[in-house]
Parts: sequence; C-alpha cells; structure tokens
Amino acid sequence: MDLKHIVKLGCGALGTAAAALALSTAAMADGHGGKVKIGMITTLTGGGAGLGIDIRDGFMLAVDQSGNDNIEVVVEDDQRKPEIAVQLSDKMIQSEKVDILTGIVWSNLALAVVPAATAQGKIYISPNAGPTQLAGKGCHANYFNVAWQNDNLHEAAGAYTNSAGLSNTFILAPNYPAGQDALKGFKRMYEGELAGEVYTKLGQTDYAAEIAQIRASGADSVFFFLPGGMGISFLKQYAGSGIDLPVVGPAFSFDQGILQAVGEAALGVKNTSQWSKDIDNVTNAAFVESFEAAYGRLPSLYASQGFDAANLIISALGKADVADQEAFLAALREADFASVRGDFRFGNNQHPIQDIYVREVIQEGDVFTNKIVSTGLSAHQDIYAAECAL
Amino acid sequence: MSTILLIEQLLNGLQFGVMLFLMAAGLTLIFGVMGLINLAHGSLYMVGAFAAAGVAGWTGSFALALVASLAAAAMFGALIELTVIRRLYKRDHLDQVLATFALILIFSEGTRWTFGSFPLFLNIPDMLSGTVMLPGGIEYSLYRLTIIGIGLAVAAGLFLLISKTRVGMRIRAGENDREMISALGVDISVLYTLVFALGAALAGLSGALVGAIQSVEVGMGEPVLILAFVVIVIGGIGSIKGALAGAILVGVTDTMGRTLLPVIFGSFMDPSAATSVGSALASMLIYILMAGVLVFKPTGLFGQA
Repeated sequence: MDLKHIVKLGCGALGTAAAALALSTAAMADGHGGKVKIGMITTLTGGGAGLGIDIRDGFMLAVDQSGNDNIEVVVEDDQRKPEIAVQLSDKMIQSEKVDILTGIVWSNLALAVVPAATAQGKIYISPNAGPTQLAGKGCHANYFNVAWQNDNLHEAAGAYTNSAGLSNTFILAPNYPAGQDALKGFKRMYEGELAGEVYTKLGQTDYAAEIAQIRASGADSVFFFLPGGMGISFLKQYAGSGIDLPVVGPAFSFDQGILQAVGEAALGVKNTSQWSKDIDNVTNAAFVESFEAAYGRLPSLYASQGFDAANLIISALGKADVADQEAFLAALREADFASVRGDFRFGNNQHPIQDIYVREVIQEGDVFTNKIVSTGLSAHQDIYAAECAL
Repeated sequence: MSTILLIEQLLNGLQFGVMLFLMAAGLTLIFGVMGLINLAHGSLYMVGAFAAAGVAGWTGSFALALVASLAAAAMFGALIELTVIRRLYKRDHLDQVLATFALILIFSEGTRWTFGSFPLFLNIPDMLSGTVMLPGGIEYSLYRLTIIGIGLAVAAGLFLLISKTRVGMRIRAGENDREMISALGVDISVLYTLVFALGAALAGLSGALVGAIQSVEVGMGEPVLILAFVVIVIGGIGSIKGALAGAILVGVTDTMGRTLLPVIFGSFMDPSAATSVGSALASMLIYILMAGVLVFKPTGLFGQA
C-alpha cells in the first residue's frame, strides 16, 4: 500500500472537500426591488451550529415582526472555518451586492472578515464576536457590535468571584482570540491568586488532563470559558470527576441551547450575562414568548443578540436610507430601538455600554434555565474604547 | 508536578488511546481487508452516539443504549456497504474518498433532520458515576476506568477473533490474496459485508461510550476520524496490533504534551505566554510524532512494505 498517497488523499479530501460543503441556505424576507440587502454569514453546521442557528432565528424573528418587506436577508453557512467565511463575504460583497453584513459567531472568523468588509465600505453589525482588535485602535465607523466586547462578561465573572469571597481560582479557555480575551478580561477584575491558567485546543472534547490539573492545583474555584459543545463536554466530565469546587463562567457555557445536554451537572452554577429571559421589560417578555411560539424552544442569549441586531438595523432604516451612508451610520449610532436588555447605548467605539448580570442555573419543571441573582457590573464599558479614535 | 498527577495523566492518556483504538481498529480492518479508505467511519461513530442517546432517553437504560449503538452502527454499516461501498472496491482511492465524503454529508444532514441541530443529552449511568480510589491515593473516574476495560477487552477479543477463528482466518486470507480466497470457494462479498459491519459496530460503540462524557452533536465524528487516520498511519495500515500501539502512543503523547509542555515552557517564560505557546505546541505534537515515525518506519510501526 502506498502510504504517502493515502495520507495525501485523506488529508486533502477532508480539507478541500469541506469547502464544497458551503451549501447556501438562503432564507429570504419578501424583497421588492431590494431596498436593503443584508448578508448573514453564520455557523449552521458542525460543532457550533446551535449558536449560529439561534442568531439567525432571533434575527429573522425581528425582521418578520417588523413587517418591513424592504429587507432582504441572505444567509450562508461558514462551518466555523475562517477561509470559508472569507469566501462567503467576498461573494456577498461582489456578486450579491449586500449593503450590510452580520452574523459571525466566532472571533477568529470576525477578524478574517470584518476589516476587509469595512475597508470596502460595507457596514458590519456584529451579533456576537467582539474581539479586542476591533474595539480599540482597530475600531471603524462602519463596524458596530450589538452584543459585547469579548472581555465584558469575563470581567463581570472576575468581579463576581471577588464578591463571592473566592481567592484561588483555576482558569481555562480555548487558545483562540476570544479565549485569550476571556482570560485577560477575567484577570483584569479578579483580585485573588491564580491556582493555574490553561489554554485548551479550540474544539477539544476531552478535558481529563485539565481536570486532573485542577484537582492537583489546590484551587478554591474554577473559572472557564468554553462555548458550545466544548462546555458540555467539560461540565459533564467535571461533574463526574468528584471535584466539588464552585464553578464560575460567562453565559456562553450555560446558554439555553446547551443546558439540556449538560443536565443536572450545571445546576447552581453562577454565570454572567448581559441578557437573561427574566429581565423585566415589555420587549423582552414579548421576545421570549414570540420566540418560543415561533420555534418551539426557549431563546438563548445568542438569539437575543440576533434579535437586537435586526432591530437596530430596522430602527436605522426608519430614519435614513442605507444609500446615504453618513446618515445611516448616524442613525445606527443613536441605537434608537427597544432592546431586550432594557437600556442600551453605544460607546464611542460603537460597542455597547450595558449592565451585566450574574445568573444561576436552575430547573423549571423539566427544563434547565437561568435566573438573575444580582447585577454584576452596571453601565459597563470596555476599556479599549479609550484607544478608539472615533 | 507530583507523581500522582503524572500517573493520573498517564491513565487519561491510556483512556484516550483506547477510545481511539475502537475507531482505528475498524478503519484499519476495512482498509487492510478491502483496500478501502472510508471517510464515513466518523459518521458511524456519530450514528452510534445518537442511537445511544435516543434509546437512553427513551428507556433510561445505559446497557440498552450501548446495545442500540452497536446494532444501529452495524446496521447502517452493512447498509452502506451493500448499497455504495461495494461498488468502490475496484475503483481508485480518489473515487472512494469522494463517495465516502458524500456519505458524511448525507449522514450529517440526515441526523440533523431526525434529531435537530442542538446537542443531545446522554449521561453516564449512576452505577458508573463518581470516582474510585486507586492504590497510591489516585482518585480516578470509574467511568473512564470502565472505558479502558472495555477497550482492552475489545482488543483482546479482536485478537482472538482474527488469530483463532475460521472467520479470522478468512479475513487474514482476504488481506493477503483476494482472488485466491474467492477461488477457494469463500463467499468474499459476505465476508466484506461482515468486516464492514464489524468495523462500523466498533465505531458506534466508541461513539456511545464517548458521547456519555462529551457532547452528542452533528459533526462529532470528523475530528476523531482525523486522529484515527493518524493512529493507523503510525501503527501501520491494516494492522490491528499497530492500531492498538498507535492509538495508545497518540493518546499518551497528546495528554502528556498538554500537561507537561506548558510546565516546561513555564520554567523559562512568563506563565501566560508559556501556557499559550505550550498549548499551541501540544496540539501539534501528535503530527510531529507521526512525521517522526514515518521518517524511521515509512510503513508505520507494524506495517508491511
């Protein structure tokens, strides 16, 4: 058997054939003459699919509810691969001629797409990824983040850890831009000692080695940022390890989409979020109810971010024509829409200034979900805003 | 770094290796006997995990879930062998890769249609949850210990099957000379279906065992498939013994690398930078291992030239 041939074939096939997977799943609102065309690049297949699907569903729900049939949305799947995200954004800008891009879940993909898109004069509204690089010196008039700067929820987790009297925490996150932002953000607010600091591989599913290190480290608590399936794996394995230290994390590992798969292992865990289904305002109550009615499941924070992103765009469309970009950007900056989070405004770097809550995982009947226990940080702004020239 | 932690990490590496072996055994068997590159092997792993999660959710029994994972993966394995794979034996490897890649897409979308896009819940049974105290004061997960046991038992079973039974003799004969064995009156197509279903069942079992401690989701098979290919290339393609040696080598190297490299870099670097550089290098380690093995043994550890 010719080994080299086989290895080459195997690797080549897995790599390039994956590119062929870029099936387009176009979802469209009624578009008459295309007053505004929005290109959504998000993760709809593979490991992180639940996140992208929630963003898309939240976004489309807001578009449907607006009854505005001048909005056309083109949705494409990036499979969590930067090279595919770049191909899709080129296609959307050059052949689809979209006015606005949105949808990317992952920071490494956002960093591959956003600078090129804004340089070509397109507007990018981020419903999730908020890497440091785009919030500080790299901020851009055409780039808005409706969710958070990456550090924010982790900063709140650091602040919560202090207030809970924990002072020897073991921290871990995947080795990619948002993971590095996570640990930086946590350490910025956290005042205690670190029992250990570990970067894992993005997409890693087995955490036995890390859990053994936690056990040996003598920590009094664990902070982790492992979004999507990684968090499910970690929590199940952690619960089975016999370690009984309190766990703190950002909402990403405890969102509605994955809590059911984690089960009881997550009960009682404190996590920080800018959104929760029990935030008390009219918009949020209507959002939770209509999302559940439309899709038959509870919304996650990703869905809430998709919903807010669409409503931000819709509010700006009511004030200015997207063809008049100056006016349209000014309308976006006003952020004159009813957010599911209640108060919402942009800072100078066009990232949110908002409250971040501490939530606890609870069980309601058969369903695992979160409830707010306190406000972690009030009217919080990211520290990179000062470096932004806008 | 204490000795206890080191031993615990060795056990973790062994467990990871044994899990990889269940995947790699089927892959290498199918390649050795039929000369087929089966990229859809990862999909059979996923089928096993979903079947287990489905049955566990429905009946609440983990034992039944394991049986279901074996049955479902073997059934789907036999099904695709009869409908698709059978037509590929005489084609070249590129055709096989294309066709089995198409199967990955079909399985992934089919699973998404049936079960939805969100991860499923599959937990370890109460009987196997918690930890046991091993001699020397090592606290270790009972379930992981069980996985090691099951994996080693499967390895022993496969060894007996191949070296001591009539079916095993035919499998070995099929590996050596396909035409001669069919000339001797053995129904080679039944043998192929059997081997394929056996390989599929092992992948399904591995998916179910791992699904209980990881997340059961669409696309879970592909990352493992890549590792399984690395394992069989290191072990020597077609060799079960090689698959076992390669799997344990890869499992231990990966786990120890993840633990030790950041510590080693930490001795002369700033801690944050050390974890970041160390973990980046750790993720490359098994590929470096593969390249190293191929330099000295181009056919793998137990491969025949």
